[in-house]
Amino acid sequence: MTETFLGLPATAPPGVGHLRGDEPFPVAARRALADPQLRRNLRHATGTIRAKSSAVISEVPDWPELRAAGRAIKSDTMARLPELLEQLEAAVTAAGGTVHWATDAVEANRIVTDLVRATGADRVMKVKSMATQEIGLNEALEAAGIEPVETDLAELIVQLGRDRPSHILVPAIHRNRAEIREVFLREMPGVDPALTDEPAALAAAARRHLRATFLSTKVAVSGANFAVAETGTLAVVESEGNGRMCLTLPETLITVMGIEKVIPTWDDLGVFLQLLPRASTGERMNPYTSMWTGVTPGDGPQQVHLVLLDNGRSAVLADEVGRQVLHCIRCSACLNVCPVYERTGGHAYGSVYPGPIGAVLSPQLTGVADNASLPYASSLCGACFDACPVMIDIPSVLVHLRARHVAERRAAHRMPSAEAVAMAAAAYTMDHPRLYAAAQRAAGLGRIAGRALPPPLNGWTASRDMPAAPPQTFRQWWSERRRDDRP
Amino acid sequence: MIARDVTLARLRAALAAAPPTPVRHRPGHRRQGELPPGDPELVDLLAERLTDYRAQVYRATGAAVADTVAGILAAEGATAVVVPPGLPADWRPGGIEVVVDDDLSADRLAELDAVVTAAAVAVAETGTIVLDAAADQGRRIISLLPDRHVCVVRPEQVVATVPEALARLTPGHPLTWISGPSATSDIELNRVEGVHGPRRLHVVLTDG
Repeated sequence: MTETFLGLPATAPPGVGHLRGDEPFPVAARRALADPQLRRNLRHATGTIRAKSSAVISEVPDWPELRAAGRAIKSDTMARLPELLEQLEAAVTAAGGTVHWATDAVEANRIVTDLVRATGADRVMKVKSMATQEIGLNEALEAAGIEPVETDLAELIVQLGRDRPSHILVPAIHRNRAEIREVFLREMPGVDPALTDEPAALAAAARRHLRATFLSTKVAVSGANFAVAETGTLAVVESEGNGRMCLTLPETLITVMGIEKVIPTWDDLGVFLQLLPRASTGERMNPYTSMWTGVTPGDGPQQVHLVLLDNGRSAVLADEVGRQVLHCIRCSACLNVCPVYERTGGHAYGSVYPGPIGAVLSPQLTGVADNASLPYASSLCGACFDACPVMIDIPSVLVHLRARHVAERRAAHRMPSAEAVAMAAAAYTMDHPRLYAAAQRAAGLGRIAGRALPPPLNGWTASRDMPAAPPQTFRQWWSERRRDDRP
Repeated sequence: MIARDVTLARLRAALAAAPPTPVRHRPGHRRQGELPPGDPELVDLLAERLTDYRAQVYRATGAAVADTVAGILAAEGATAVVVPPGLPADWRPGGIEVVVDDDLSADRLAELDAVVTAAAVAVAETGTIVLDAAADQGRRIISLLPDRHVCVVRPEQVVATVPEALARLTPGHPLTWISGPSATSDIELNRVEGVHGPRRLHVVLTDG
């Protein structure tokens, strides 16, 4: 066995799955910005959640201490990740569960498909999970003739509408109640044609629609919010009860979890169970949290599997600055405060991970070259860092990834870019006072030239206005002032 | 096994390439509230927080629990209620068909109108009750399928904070943390009560 691994490359390979968009962010964002309904839906939803979240956070006397504790626990976890995963595996196995390892999405999908096939089932019910979105599990199951049924309300709206999720927590955030009603009327078998767009009526329709599925489906697939290494306990945090149904009713439960979700101790849950609901849905506590440890005889699924997914995460761990992104608990607070996300929505980011966290996670999971536009999809305002319950310094990672992108491009192309030439010219000019003064006088003439640069520099002014040069430079003002003030 | 060894080797290589600073000290955070478990003010806070998330809250003396539960079920129009095998006999409501869970099927449980359980612990600050599948709470499924959940909480079970609750719970047990009835925020991020879990949550706070 050991010889097999001697030739391992030092760098782990990038992740595969739904992590790459079909087009760069600026192209997709421009289309989203042209949709006024989308912008209204997003502004309303993110505004609502921001107000709720800040109200319940202000109730907590030790919020800064909790954030610092969350960060410390996650840093400690990442420093000991291999050992903690081995500990988790041993604890889950001792409790009657079966642990599987998947180096990438393809392997994870194959493991899950094989496990479902072994039960003889042709349908699985799913609890909302970012990991299974990331690996494209639904498509893999469908290709194998197995029907995946999303049971989270927002995921159901997305699945019925043949849409794509646009938010980590509320995948249908881009849809308003009227649009959701239309999707239900069109796609939900046996739905009451008199269905109104009242949220309560829409929720009741989903309850009726899924009830028989819950009672008859033998296999469920979930993600996990947390996995406690010392006890082997897995936790799912949810609201509707669809999670409880999937975790309690079937004979077989398969949980797919990114390896970074492990936490060291039972006591650590006390930090994250306080941080997550207040930062994500703006509740003191979400309606339901389920915790299970392997198999409990006579209660719940008797076949319990855990699939530990790498899919690019080990490559992220190798980056000293970027690895803090693995601390993310998927609360989506950074999306809700981001001025860019609020205007473009989640689809523009291409990957299943949108918003500020997506802009630092997706390029690291895939390698920066595959998501080169995402580290620039930010104004670096820093609101995400302030909102993050585990204090991930997203702006610093964005800048770090921009630098990585530039360095990789420089290594790949011998011909420098127009931007690099301009920056080199600026550096030379600033080093030479007479040249600098001349350049400033020339810039003054630019007042006549208008607000766009000529080619090949017009890319710079395509999405920003060229600032008008002042009528007088500081140097001119200074020398005139000295002349006037001279005694 | 290959995937396991490959993953662990990659993670070790990643850490060896850029060794992280070990975390020696974890910042402290608040573990206990100011009030001791069962303090009347804490029980009041639990009642307030439960109500805020649309649970119905009742107070009953220990002797009046059965009557209070019966009154709740009658007001709900329930005709059959499931109880776990270990529910204290003096909590069982009269005037209604009481079915003791004896590995009832999911279909049978889905037909029952209501469930009555005890709790393992309750968190006042978050308005949460936790079930740990002990004999007075039963299998997870019985508090999931009936549409109304009546939960009886004793004062000494009420703690202030989440860390205090975790310290009282046994990790190996299946745990369900419940904060109000089933709800969703998926439509325009407005909270709507009543999706897949019990649509009505009634909590009876006893005096001992």
